[in-house]
Amino acid sequence: MPANTTGTTSAFEGVAHEPGSPKNDPIVIGDNIVRTFGGLKAVDVAHVEIQRGAITALIGPNGAGKTTLFNLLTGFDVPDDGTWSFNGTPLQRKAAFKVARLGMVRTFQLTKVLAKLTVIENMRLGATSQVGENFFAALFKPLWAKQEDDITARADELLKRFKLDAKREDFAGSMSGGQRKLLEMARALMADPELIMLDEPMAGVNPALKQSLLGHVKSLRDEGRTVLFVEHDMDMVRDISDWVIVMAQGQIVAEGTPESVMKDPRVIDAYLGAHHDVDLDEVEESPEHLELHGETHD
Amino acid sequence: MDFGTIIDAAFSAALGPEAIVFALAAIGLNIHFGYTGLLNFGQAGFMAVGAYGLAVSVVTFDLPFWLGITIALIAPIGLALLLGIPTLRLRADYLAIVTIAAAEILRLIFGSAEMVDTFGGSNGLSGFAQPYQDLNPFSSGLDLGFVSFSRSVLWSTVVGWALVLLCVLITWLLMRSPWGRVLRSIREDEDAVRSLGKNVFAYKMQALILGGIFGGIAGLYLALKQASVVPSDYSTNITFFAYTALLLGGAARVWGPVIGAMIFWFLMSGISAILGQLTNGPDPLLPTWVLTSTEVSLVRFVLVGIGLMLLMVFRPQGIFGDRREIAIDAR
Repeated sequence: MPANTTGTTSAFEGVAHEPGSPKNDPIVIGDNIVRTFGGLKAVDVAHVEIQRGAITALIGPNGAGKTTLFNLLTGFDVPDDGTWSFNGTPLQRKAAFKVARLGMVRTFQLTKVLAKLTVIENMRLGATSQVGENFFAALFKPLWAKQEDDITARADELLKRFKLDAKREDFAGSMSGGQRKLLEMARALMADPELIMLDEPMAGVNPALKQSLLGHVKSLRDEGRTVLFVEHDMDMVRDISDWVIVMAQGQIVAEGTPESVMKDPRVIDAYLGAHHDVDLDEVEESPEHLELHGETHD
Repeated sequence: MDFGTIIDAAFSAALGPEAIVFALAAIGLNIHFGYTGLLNFGQAGFMAVGAYGLAVSVVTFDLPFWLGITIALIAPIGLALLLGIPTLRLRADYLAIVTIAAAEILRLIFGSAEMVDTFGGSNGLSGFAQPYQDLNPFSSGLDLGFVSFSRSVLWSTVVGWALVLLCVLITWLLMRSPWGRVLRSIREDEDAVRSLGKNVFAYKMQALILGGIFGGIAGLYLALKQASVVPSDYSTNITFFAYTALLLGGAARVWGPVIGAMIFWFLMSGISAILGQLTNGPDPLLPTWVLTSTEVSLVRFVLVGIGLMLLMVFRPQGIFGDRREIAIDAR
């Protein structure tokens, strides 16, 4: 199957393969976003745009500032400087919950499931604009019972889609790491986000589940959502992303389609290693490869 | 040994005003700690502002009784806002420090010699509860055989359990709702709740206010029941007894704090009555080198403490708790 289905490739028509390139229809635009931790510049992004309706991957070595950028964009961290907007709404200094309400919902690298709530309760929490979340309305069940039923129906549908329906009544804390990843993603979808930001959605997920998760992410795009995700799994990046942004030492060092980015010598140097296309077995068999492989991990 | 006296003492504490005060305070702590995960170590402070809200209004400022009651119910809201605004954005431990300090500050102010004209100093205030006693519809006390109440205690008991039922009902209504779900989610992980577009700060504030009002009602009820307020009634150990009752019954369970408070007072009173009889008289059943009658009131705390330890070892979730939840914590 080709990596890019029709319609999404055209979204990037004429977009330059260079860091900070302007997109045809950006949903997020950021400028001069700087975050320092003591003397370390964790994030220093001059300009970034995220294309609407596409799957954008954010890759880079550990400590490149990917998660920090996620935190800054979603209001979980405050930058030293910078402006950014979502759908034209400026987001700097906006609280995390307000960012989420605008339709920009994230998941976390270390999953944050609500351990002592059941899976279905986790899901229900995700729904936005709940009448029953108002203190006084909460006292009168008839005011929110109907909405609760609708939310539950939607939650059950999503649980089925993510193959978690058998776990419906279990505590979220009793699930495996991979299942928690799935639950967190499904819960984020309950908020019906326009842009969903996934922080390492594949970490700890078994291969069979990975395949279905890939399908889920693609279907999000087909539903018209925008996906931005951080991932180290290059197969996933190659398979589903329409566009790849590469970060290193806080800066965006390369951008482009997966094919072009993975051929970029700077990306190979900084992140992928010279033998990222070669199977590990082959590397181990050849002494020459072994030496090179060792170098790239320094 | 006179078992009748022991049983009467145990039951009248478990069913009477002592348990009711702690049940009400613990219902408030259940909202704070059990459901929302807020570590409020100053519930005694909320109780104190409730009690003094009434007493000061009526005695010092000569306001009508019912206006005093209203002020007593509003005062905890003010305290919750005062404590919550600076601390609820910070990590949970800060609230614990601030609340325990605030409760002590309040107690010392209420007992201070400088403000004796307003708060009555260490002797406190009295003479505000007559309208409450006038409402008493009972003409005599009640004797059920195993337990008996005098006329005024019977009235306080009825009012108290009505208040407990009301607070339990409100808790139950709220905790089955999406509002309660947000609170329980905040207890588990604030950031996850934030990422889903909920205003965590506002919910924590609402929880602090609600639990604070329940605490205020506990203090108000104590003031009405004994027709006086004394600063030493609102010392820090009251907060910890209320926590004991909450954990005993099971946190985050609607009836947990109520049953916990009843058991706590049943044991406290029962043990002290048993030990009292064992050490009583010129030739006590227990030799004086083991225990003297003056040591009884202290030893009962030791025994209740040991009982609590055993409970935590063998049933850490409390009486009503769900074992599965504790198992998750161990992961």
